[in-house]
Amino acid sequence: MDRTVYREVKPTPAIWLMAVIAAAFVGAAGLAVLYIEHHGHIVTGMNNQIVWGLPHVFAIFLIVAASGALNVASIASVFGKIENKPMARYSGLLSIALLAGGLAVLVLDLGRPDRLIVAMTTYNFTSIFAWNVILYNGFFAVVGAYLFVQMARNISPKVVRSVGTAAFVWRLALTTGTGSIFGWLVARPGYDAAIMAPLFIIMSFSFGLAFFILVLGTTFPMTGRYIGPNLVKRLGRLLGVFAVAVLYFTAIRHLTNLYAAEHADFEYFILFSGSIYTKLFWIGQVLIGGVIPAAMLLRHAENTTKGQVILASVLIIIGGFAHLYGIIIGGQAFPLEIFPMYEVTSTFADGQINGYTPTIYEWALGMGGVALAVMIAGMGVVALRILPMNLSDRNIDPTEPDF
Amino acid sequence: MKLPALNNKSERPAELNRREFFKSGAAVASVTLAPGVTLMAFGGEASANADPGKRWGMLIDVNKCSTDCNACVTACSEENGWKLDGNPETDPQWIRKIDLKHKETGREASLPMMCQHCEEPPCVDVCPTGASFKRVDGIVLVDKHICIGCRYCMMACPFKARSFVHEAVEDQKSNAPRGKGTVESCTLCVHRVDKGGTPACVESCSATGNGAMMFGDLNDPNSEIAQALKNYPSMGLRDDLRVNPGIRYTNL
Ligand code: SF4
Ligand code: SF4
Repeated sequence: MDRTVYREVKPTPAIWLMAVIAAAFVGAAGLAVLYIEHHGHIVTGMNNQIVWGLPHVFAIFLIVAASGALNVASIASVFGKIENKPMARYSGLLSIALLAGGLAVLVLDLGRPDRLIVAMTTYNFTSIFAWNVILYNGFFAVVGAYLFVQMARNISPKVVRSVGTAAFVWRLALTTGTGSIFGWLVARPGYDAAIMAPLFIIMSFSFGLAFFILVLGTTFPMTGRYIGPNLVKRLGRLLGVFAVAVLYFTAIRHLTNLYAAEHADFEYFILFSGSIYTKLFWIGQVLIGGVIPAAMLLRHAENTTKGQVILASVLIIIGGFAHLYGIIIGGQAFPLEIFPMYEVTSTFADGQINGYTPTIYEWALGMGGVALAVMIAGMGVVALRILPMNLSDRNIDPTEPDF
Repeated sequence: MKLPALNNKSERPAELNRREFFKSGAAVASVTLAPGVTLMAFGGEASANADPGKRWGMLIDVNKCSTDCNACVTACSEENGWKLDGNPETDPQWIRKIDLKHKETGREASLPMMCQHCEEPPCVDVCPTGASFKRVDGIVLVDKHICIGCRYCMMACPFKARSFVHEAVEDQKSNAPRGKGTVESCTLCVHRVDKGGTPACVESCSATGNGAMMFGDLNDPNSEIAQALKNYPSMGLRDDLRVNPGIRYTNL
């Protein structure tokens, strides 16, 4: 077996093109933020009923995917799977990039982003948000250290392993924290559930790995490097299992909610009313993001091609967006029940299903976050020895036949 | 870095005063805005005036509240300088009237709804910076100088009592500083209460002759409100959540 050789990626015209496109998106997001800052959130589709909108869907997707993208590295270092080791650096870099993209969106959507320093220095420790600020900052530090020990010379594998374990534990805490943002909102029928935290963890496994496969599958050919079909197949099988697990947790979440009479109206609204959220749930989340990719990845697992695995990853990412849109926006669209036995009306939309139509500025901000993540990951592989030269199956595992 | 604010009730005012002390820049800005009276912007001074022995609250008699009366809403809007501007989705509403119709019996009722000044306020629990805070006398306020506009408190409030300021504000009242990009809600007219007065909504409700709103100290057993609560049935909204609202309703 050859030793794995890591090299900086030489910027080809294709990579330059991608960089320019990503920069354009980031620039557009910057302009959108300035515009929103100047006029106030009145220019967005968010309002006093839907207080968190599309930016939060993007931000939370990226943050959840960030901790999931670290999976490949964790499996290598923590669980000792050597065949994943050559991809561990890339997995660490990608998770940092995704988190940075997500946080940028979250922070830039604040009513007063200029007060970020307040958020960084004034903590209210009963707030899960405040804990998250610490978890996010810590994640950068821990994963940064993990990347460093992997790349530095003469560091013993033991050290790499313990830093890797720390990163793994940290990422579990981080996703628990993100899920708890919703799980602890006791007053809203759509959120108040302890299952949110484990659901978010399993979602992160799935979305993060999908993202990882997608970028790996595109960057390798773009940089003229080779990736073995068995490796992709193996990652695909794992992704299929995660997709099924997400479906399982989703079923549990809705079934327990249906069981509780007080949440039955909300469940009816999401599952059967025929609103946009019903469509997003059944078509986006369950079908496109769950059943179809899971079938593609697991039914004839031996015969899946690289192309199929990448396509399934794309479907899972689309389904993931639908999933988070349903949780975040759907949860707010359903009215608060202040007077359970009454029909209510007011000038403040009491008792009404709340509408939400994101404007171009929210789209620009959200897409900018994705572009920022891509840019950071791209700069990382160009500047650092992150990507292995060769991920052929034989190179990874000598018992595999070479192609 | 300064030690974080514990959410401990008794430590809260001291913490705010200390924070206030270091924030001379902000203090200067607010003094120029309105000498001596900008309380809620800070929390610091507003907290210093709070009496830990008291718990301010209200009792609303739903039978006396009439469907076509909007006096409390108008009074609040004038007193605190917010207004409905033709964008019902984004305009602020510190207080609103809710019309109710019982699903089974068809009984109709109408009542005012505002921040319930919860004893265990979820908005305060979730606020990452501590901008959302409860004074020792039970009044829940937003410190406009440390609110970052994350809107988590709006997600957490069971009563939809808070508004986000979606655009630049004009004609501010000196007693109720407001700011684009921050969150606001009913202050229980803390500026009046601290001078021994009554909230504007309660005053206007009496003026109409309906007299559906009563204001007072829930902790003082001899107060009119405490007596009424003792002698007649009443409830807090969403009592199942155990946030123990300071606003009580009767005849609902
Ligand atoms: S009613 Fe809402 S805003 Fe007022 S104290 Fe309770 S949770 Fe906070
Ligand atoms: S919007 Fe302001 S008051 Fe509300 S939780 Fe965020 S920082 Fe606190």
